[in-house]
Amino acid sequence: MAIHTVSFLVENKAGVLFNVTNLFRRRGFNIESIAVGTVQDPKYSRMTITVEADAKTLANLVEQLEKMVEVIKVKRLDPLRTIKREMLLVKLSTHDPLAREDALKYINGQHGLVLDIDDEHIMAEVTGDPWELEEFLEYVKSIGIVELSRTGITALEKGRLQL
Amino acid sequence: MTEMTGSKAFVKSLENEGTKHIFGISGGSLIPICDNLLDSDMRFILARHEQGGAHMADGYARVLGKVGVCMATSGPGATNLVTGVATAQIDSSPVVAFTGQVNRDVIGSDGFQECDIIGVSASVTKYNMQVRTPSEIPEAVKKAFFIANTGRKGSVLVDIPKDCTTMSGEMDFDPEIIFRGYSTDHTPLPQELDWAAQILAKAERPLIMAGGGVIAAGASNELVALSEALLAPTATTLMGKGGFPNDHPMNLGLCGMHGTEASNTLVPQADVLLVVGSRFSDRTTAKVADFNPNGKIVHIDIDRSEIDKNVESMTKVVGDAKLALAGLLERVKALKQNPDAAWSKKLEDFRCDWSAEADVANGYLRAPKIIRALRDELPRDAIVTTEVGQNQMWAALHYDAYLPRTFHTSGGLGTMGWGFPASIGAKAAKPEVPVVDIAGDGSFGMTENNLATAVEEELPVIVVVLNNNVLGMVAQWQRMFYDRRYSAVKLKGNPDMVKLAEAYGAEGVRVESLDAFRTEVRRAIKADVPTVIDVPIDPNENVLPMIPPGMGLKDTLWEAD
Repeated sequence: MAIHTVSFLVENKAGVLFNVTNLFRRRGFNIESIAVGTVQDPKYSRMTITVEADAKTLANLVEQLEKMVEVIKVKRLDPLRTIKREMLLVKLSTHDPLAREDALKYINGQHGLVLDIDDEHIMAEVTGDPWELEEFLEYVKSIGIVELSRTGITALEKGRLQL
Repeated sequence: MTEMTGSKAFVKSLENEGTKHIFGISGGSLIPICDNLLDSDMRFILARHEQGGAHMADGYARVLGKVGVCMATSGPGATNLVTGVATAQIDSSPVVAFTGQVNRDVIGSDGFQECDIIGVSASVTKYNMQVRTPSEIPEAVKKAFFIANTGRKGSVLVDIPKDCTTMSGEMDFDPEIIFRGYSTDHTPLPQELDWAAQILAKAERPLIMAGGGVIAAGASNELVALSEALLAPTATTLMGKGGFPNDHPMNLGLCGMHGTEASNTLVPQADVLLVVGSRFSDRTTAKVADFNPNGKIVHIDIDRSEIDKNVESMTKVVGDAKLALAGLLERVKALKQNPDAAWSKKLEDFRCDWSAEADVANGYLRAPKIIRALRDELPRDAIVTTEVGQNQMWAALHYDAYLPRTFHTSGGLGTMGWGFPASIGAKAAKPEVPVVDIAGDGSFGMTENNLATAVEEELPVIVVVLNNNVLGMVAQWQRMFYDRRYSAVKLKGNPDMVKLAEAYGAEGVRVESLDAFRTEVRRAIKADVPTVIDVPIDPNENVLPMIPPGMGLKDTLWEAD
């Protein structure tokens, strides 16, 4: 089954996130990631989800979302014309000087930012397409990941396309 | 803008919506509202359990097609409403439920009689909301009525903290309601109608299946006209019963797990099946692969998310059933002048004459005969509600409904105990019409305490208890599929229904012949108090036809071993 990205505009009110996630749970949609934030007009929020689903399930998910009173617009983003980004914060164990050198190399290689360094750790911010983050994590696994946190995928379509 | 207390504003807002009846129970958090209700003409009908109150509002709403209002206090009052709210929602009945809540500063502290009813009811309502200031009350009421009674109708719950009712605020009684994501335009697309009409006009064996959406949209006349124009035999789902007259020559009756021989035989044979306002419940389709394996399905529904959800259709018309059927009728008439009557003649193979059947078997009156006798004694516009189980299926099969909104049942949720309080709500809505609850002893036992309400409010409903001292439908499954191992179904401790009725100040009678039954029905129609007619039936009687679980329409059992 393919991974799809769906963006939708909702009213920015208490309980809407609960209602949206409750719908996914109730109808058995398995959400891989969800990212939420307000848009230009703070009365509204944009939610972006990624979901693994067949065509029929995806169509039903979009329709169930459209049916919700608080949901204003729903769109399945065109996979060929969508920029997807995710941010990752990662703390690496770097008391070994060689490990520290490797870590800096990989962070730079991914155009990441070093946010904090002490004797034993480096914390970095890496942003990219989700598969780039996966690749980065694969590289730094051998160095030693102390902890990490990901924001979930957010996305926009290119050019004139919009939600 | 005027300044007043939240509870006063609440009462005024309900009046502005045209509310005449409120069903429910008061309680600590509702005391201010109930106090202000004394100064209003609205009638508060005091249920004996909040679930009953919600079902009364539901019955009221289904009969009138208007919002039914129920009310309960915070905590247990609110949780007791949940079954009723869920029942209304799944059957698309416009019910607005108001729940009291603890004071705002106590919310979240597990206060006395506090319950997060917004969280609890989220999955079983169309929409819910909690009021946060007194001034929000008029808008919340208006929104609730608007959402409940537009589009695909459903239940809405509004939670009101007690201090929002006691405190004052500036009230705007004509607030603008804006839901950017909620459209109320349900006009079908002409292209969809064109395409659907083409398919229908080319059909050799057209068949229509009508669901509850036909009744909700007030589309019965259009449905009958289309059926006649196409000479299309017409089946109904359980929720659609009454949407197509059971005495119409094109009538097939109920389709599904307990469908009629005509429906279950012909639905799979149709080359074009027009399904209107139905969500293809598993009880209607049985095994999906055998439902209509070789035909083309045209699906009309107001709710886009129902299209292709359970059964894939060839084409769809999204929109209001009345507009859609009218649009199809116009187009079909232009495309097809002389439909072939050969297909609809098949209906004649299934005519059966129940008057020739015996009244009694194994020493008991037979349930189908009781229900058919009831039909004979009632006027055409009488209202019937049912409970859930064998009584419900016998009613669906043997009670002929001629008019929309005269047959009501808990179809989706299958809530035992629904029919009796719903009949009380129905009687409040239409006091001039006889209202009968076709009940079983198991279901009636679940909400029978509302007899007190019916007596005190002078709502003389009639309850026909098909009494077999067993949870009959479960027992039937155990008899047919579990080697007659009866478990957790025998109701040996049932009360004497006659004495029970009398204890409440209602009339109670037991009948053991059809003549006596008819006499008591005639008497009960004229009575000033509710009547419980207890009719002993055979605990071993099965509802037939029946499709065994997991099987398809073609596997319908017409007789049991």
